[in-house]
Parts: sequence; structure tokens; C-alpha cells
Amino acid sequence: MTVDSKLVGEIAHLARLDLDETSVANYAREMAGVLALARQMEDVDTDAVEPMAHPLHAVQPLRADEVTEIDQRDEFQAIAPAVDDGLYLVPQVIE
Amino acid sequence: MHKQTISSIRRALAAREYSSAELCQHFLDRIDSANPELNAFITVTRESALAAASQADEQLAKGASSPLLGVPLAHKDIFCTRGVLTSCGSRMLENFVPPYDATVVSRMQSAGAVILGKTNMDEFAMGSSNENSFFGAVTNPWGEGRVPGGSSGGSAAAVGARLVPGCTGTDTGGSIRQPAAFCGITGIKPTYGRVSRYGMVAFASSLDQGGPMAATAEDCATLLACMAGHDPRDSTSIDEPVPDYSASLGDSINGLKIGLPKQYFAAGLDDTIAAALQAAISELEKLGASFVEVELPNQHLAVPAYYIVAPAECSSNLSRFDGVRYGHRCDDPADLEDLYKRSRSEGFGHEVKRRILLGTYALSTGYYDAYYLKAQKIRNLISRDFTTAFETVDMILGPTTPTPAFELGANSSDPVAMYLNDIYTIPANLAGLPALSAPCGFSGELPIGLQLVGNYFTENKLLNVAHQYQQVTDWHSQLPARFA
Repeated sequence: MTVDSKLVGEIAHLARLDLDETSVANYAREMAGVLALARQMEDVDTDAVEPMAHPLHAVQPLRADEVTEIDQRDEFQAIAPAVDDGLYLVPQVIE
Repeated sequence: MHKQTISSIRRALAAREYSSAELCQHFLDRIDSANPELNAFITVTRESALAAASQADEQLAKGASSPLLGVPLAHKDIFCTRGVLTSCGSRMLENFVPPYDATVVSRMQSAGAVILGKTNMDEFAMGSSNENSFFGAVTNPWGEGRVPGGSSGGSAAAVGARLVPGCTGTDTGGSIRQPAAFCGITGIKPTYGRVSRYGMVAFASSLDQGGPMAATAEDCATLLACMAGHDPRDSTSIDEPVPDYSASLGDSINGLKIGLPKQYFAAGLDDTIAAALQAAISELEKLGASFVEVELPNQHLAVPAYYIVAPAECSSNLSRFDGVRYGHRCDDPADLEDLYKRSRSEGFGHEVKRRILLGTYALSTGYYDAYYLKAQKIRNLISRDFTTAFETVDMILGPTTPTPAFELGANSSDPVAMYLNDIYTIPANLAGLPALSAPCGFSGELPIGLQLVGNYFTENKLLNVAHQYQQVTDWHSQLPARFA
């Protein structure tokens, strides 16, 4: 599949990025280069190979179901761009 | 004082030859005079450093002896520091003052370290030249107009110019080792899971690993001992005891068997680097090590696989930056989508956006199997190559970089050319193995690094070999004339 401006525009929307026409064209060219590099992987038969999940084959550890975090809402909200009465503010979503 | 290693600083502080306050003042003065040119620091924490140094002096006067007590250090600006700007080299986090410390930061603080500031880096650790920082490029202290490498370029330049005796770094595809090589210092990327990632801004979670950067392997051993260890706050952190890295530095390397991958000494390697490596091999042979050729047949697939896995994980990790909870938020958003899109587009730089786009594409319906799944399979092949090699050799030696430090702007227009700088460093990240870079010569005025890659949890062996090499060579103690 060729990477053209239309495709990059669609991906940018998925990634929630707003790109102008010139950037879209540049990214299309650069991504085509990187994906051409990635396609070197196609020459290798990996049908019998498992994908790597963790280099040391570690599994997700479980911990006791105990409260370990304290309430730090005020501290966290002190660095938020827009808060009111303990709530994070975003533009109106529901009419 | 700035020519001293962390080991000699610790002895001098304990012997009260000078105070931590005097020492920190000396380094802060060096930062003041050199940083306008090098741009190695984003933030200098002068006041808190001098206060911490005075406290350390009181402790030292009482005979206290924690491993880094009164030793000045700096953190890469990717590690969250409570109350101190943590920008990650990005406009997105230009205003981000974390309410908590990364585990690495709190451990080094507990060990008594005095933090002089936060070092410059490629935005979100994405880059091999430090040219992708929102706060401007860093200059290599060894050559005007040369890059320091990346992404821990500020840390490498700061230690290379002895603005600080040691720094933290992070390494996702070579970001500790490549800048260490370019700036003539020693750096080690530990085994994946050895150092906690808690509070380290995530780029590619299955590859990211923090580690130390300093003049010598001995200093890296001291710093790594303070950084490493299990952390319940990082679910990928490995619960294995941390050996005393300093205790094995003096071990003889007589009888050690080191593999030379044919693929690492092939076309594409700069002649001066190949010659420096041959000289290093001869030195190690004199110390009793023997060398055999090994095969790593899938190494050429490392860069292609990495530039799928890393962007894919990056696109997922960086989706958290939405302009709502912290970080950059655009002015007057019209609606929620506008808030997301403009905040992210204004906050992220060109390289970060490119990797988000690549990763989003590689993970999208219809392409996941062809790219991400394929790349994760290739990782296993690369890992198996190393496992096979380690059946016959104790570790692997090769170059850290294909060329010495290149000129600013040389690779910035061609991402594939830039990505190929990481050709020798990426395989260890994909396999999760520990790897070290140490200075082994010069190409003209520019330093050259040799790389050692070991089996899982053999950091002590890598540091041992590098330390023994540094006992019979002096590449690690040379300083750029302008900063001597």
C-alpha cells in the first residue's frame, strides 16, 4: 500500500493531530522511506516464530488487593490547565 | 576538582579535603560558563543544590557515609522530579512540574546525591543527535558544530565537558551508549527491568531502560548500584537481587572469551573506528581475554523491527497527552476534538509527530500483523542470535556507532539515514540485554566508543571488563581542551 497524503491525513485524524497540507505531504514521503526499510522484514519466514512479549518471559505480577495510594487530587489538579471545583474542564460535549 | 571521578570525589569528601558545597559551587560555575555554548542543561537547580550540599556536609561531618553523599549529579529531563520542571525536551511539557519523584530520582536522593539540574534531550527521547529538543540542539564539547548524540545528549555533553561528574540517562535504541561514545564517556544500559521505569516519561515501554553515564566504568558501577533494584511501582521491574557492582571491578579477566560479531565489523563501519577497536582488542588480549568470531545473522533486521515497535509503543504512550490533565493546552478550543488536535499539534515537534503517525499506521486494522506482530517475531529471532552466541562466549564486543559524531544538520532531512546511526545499539534493546559503551580512541579530535553486550543480568561482568580496560588505557580520562 502506498503512503499518500490522503492516507496520512486519515492517520493524523486517528492520532488526533492537526497537520497542514505541506506537512502531510512531507510526512507521506518520510513515512514511505521508513516503511520501505521496515519491509526488509518481509523477506524472513517467521511463521514458526512466536512474537516476543517480554525479553525475560516475565509475567505480570499480582499484588495484594490493598489501598496503596493516598488522595492527591489537589496536588494533581494544581498542574492541570483548567479545573473547577475538583473537576477537569473540557469544552462542552453534550448539548 | 572537576577532573576527579566520582570515586575520588567520594574519598575526598570523606577525608574532608573539600566540602560538598565547595564542590557543587565549582560545578555550578562551570555550568554557568559553558552552558550558553553547550546547551546541555534545560534547568539548573542552583539553590536547592547548594542547600542539599550544605546538608550533605553536615552529614559528612558526623561521619555518615551513604554511597553518593554530597556527590553532584544531574538527571536527564525525562525523570520526574518533584517540584522541578520535567520537560522531556518538549513544548508539550514546557510547564510540567511533577508532583512526585521517579524511583531513580528518589533512590539517588536517598543515597545522598546532590542534583545540579536537568539535562537536555531529544523530545520524548526520540532522536540520535539531540537536535529534536524544543529547547534547542546540544553541542558536542569535543567539536564545535558536532552533535553530542541522542537522546541523552545533554547528559553526555555535560559529563564530557565535566560540568557534572555523572548523570542519569535512558536508552530505548542506544540513547545512553551512542551519546556516551560521541562525547568520550562511559555509559551502561542495564538489562530490561533492572532499573525502575516509574516516573520515567514513557516512550517505548518494552525497550526503555534507565542507566548511568559517567567518566569511568567504576563510577557507572557506583551509580548503577544506587539506581537498580526491584520496584513494585513498575510492573516490568525484575525482582532479582542487585549485586555489588564495585566488588567485581578488580576481578581478573584472564580466560574471558569475547565474541566479535562478523556483522558488526562489515561494510559501513568507519575505518578509524575499526582501527580503534582492533587496538582495544589487543589491549584486552594482553589482559588475558580471547576473541572468537560469532554470527548474529539477523542483526540487519534490528533497525527495521525497531522502527516499527518503537513508534507503535510511542503512539500508544503519547496518546495520554490530551491537553486535559497536564501539559500543553491550546487556546480557546472550539470543541473536544479541536482541544485534542491543536494541543497535540502545538505541543509535539516534527520527529515525535512522525513517530506517532508511523505507530498509529503500524497498529491500525489491516496492518498490525504485517508490521507490529512481524517486528515482535523478528525481536525473538534477534534475541535467539544472542542466546546462541552466549553459549560459546561470555560477552560480545563491537562498535557503539558506525561513525564518530556527525555535524549538526547532517542527517536531519533524511529519517532513514538518521535511524541507521543506531544499527549497533538497537539489537541489545530489542533483546533486553545489558550493554555498555566506553571510550577507546579518537577519530581526529572526536571520541570513539567500544560496545560490550552481555547476557541478562551480567552488568557486573561488563563493568569489570571496561574497568580493567580503563586501568591500562587513558581514553576515559581525556578532556576536550576547551573544558580541561
